[in-house]
Amino acid sequence: MADRNEPLQQVKLRRDTALKALVDGVPYIRWMGIRFDRRGDELTAIMPFDEKLIGNPFLPAIHGGATAAFLEIAAIVEMSWVAMWEDLESGRIAPDAAIPDTTPRLPKTIDFTVDYLRSGLPRDAYARARVVRSGRRYASVHVEAWQDNRAKLFAQATAHFLMPQG
Amino acid sequence: MATDDTVSSATRDRIAQQFIEALPFARALGMRLDRLDNGEAEISMGWNEEFIGDPRSGVIHGGVISALMDTCSGAAVLSHATAPKSTATIDLRIDYMRGATPGQRLTATARCYHVTRSVAFVRTQAFDDDRDQPVATATGAFTLER
Repeated sequence: MADRNEPLQQVKLRRDTALKALVDGVPYIRWMGIRFDRRGDELTAIMPFDEKLIGNPFLPAIHGGATAAFLEIAAIVEMSWVAMWEDLESGRIAPDAAIPDTTPRLPKTIDFTVDYLRSGLPRDAYARARVVRSGRRYASVHVEAWQDNRAKLFAQATAHFLMPQG
Repeated sequence: MATDDTVSSATRDRIAQQFIEALPFARALGMRLDRLDNGEAEISMGWNEEFIGDPRSGVIHGGVISALMDTCSGAAVLSHATAPKSTATIDLRIDYMRGATPGQRLTATARCYHVTRSVAFVRTQAFDDDRDQPVATATGAFTLER
């Protein structure tokens, strides 16, 4: 499997290029201003605060739809990332945004349930998703989002996905 | 009596409409309030390639549809005859039936079908040009501030 003597920079470049291919190719992720931080295989989605994300201008609070989109994006990217990790590390695939058709096929969302726990503050938000179960056809993903305190979630969601076939 | 009802419902609709137009996120997505009537709302938004979620198919991101359905659900709550002052989403479950056809306008219709003193229950559907087969359906629970 993994070659322990592979140069560090090459390992990082491979992973970052693949993550970039997964994220940068999606217009809506760009429009939302969402980016991903990677530590090894662990991803954290980051949604920097922006005035356009506000849903309640009187509080102010982030729009529930923006929170939902953030969670769904975090879930889809994590799902695709986990699905391609083995192939990526073994060198079977090399997703690159610059090379058409090397980007992985995305799973389709079947359903998505958002649980709003507290109102989203006008600050940056973070999310991490976990693939709870992934079969050949279906997957279940849980995602948590927080702002100032990791232990105080402002929203969480469960999503079911149809895995890309072929 | 009838006049009073008309006035209060017109006032209620105007307040709710202004409220929705004042939501920066709804405005950024290009949402338009098409109808608002006694617990029912219709909101639509134009196609925009910046909202694509799957570059291979050109299908709009699920997150755009959830934003539209969440907003439409909230509008339905605010237009309820019991005239709530404000609302927030407690939870929202969205079922995605099919990908929205690229290039077509998206329309959501919501109905606030039950309210208690502090909770509103809403069902919402989203369509593209095909009004017979929804793109997505949603059910949600919302807070009510009286």
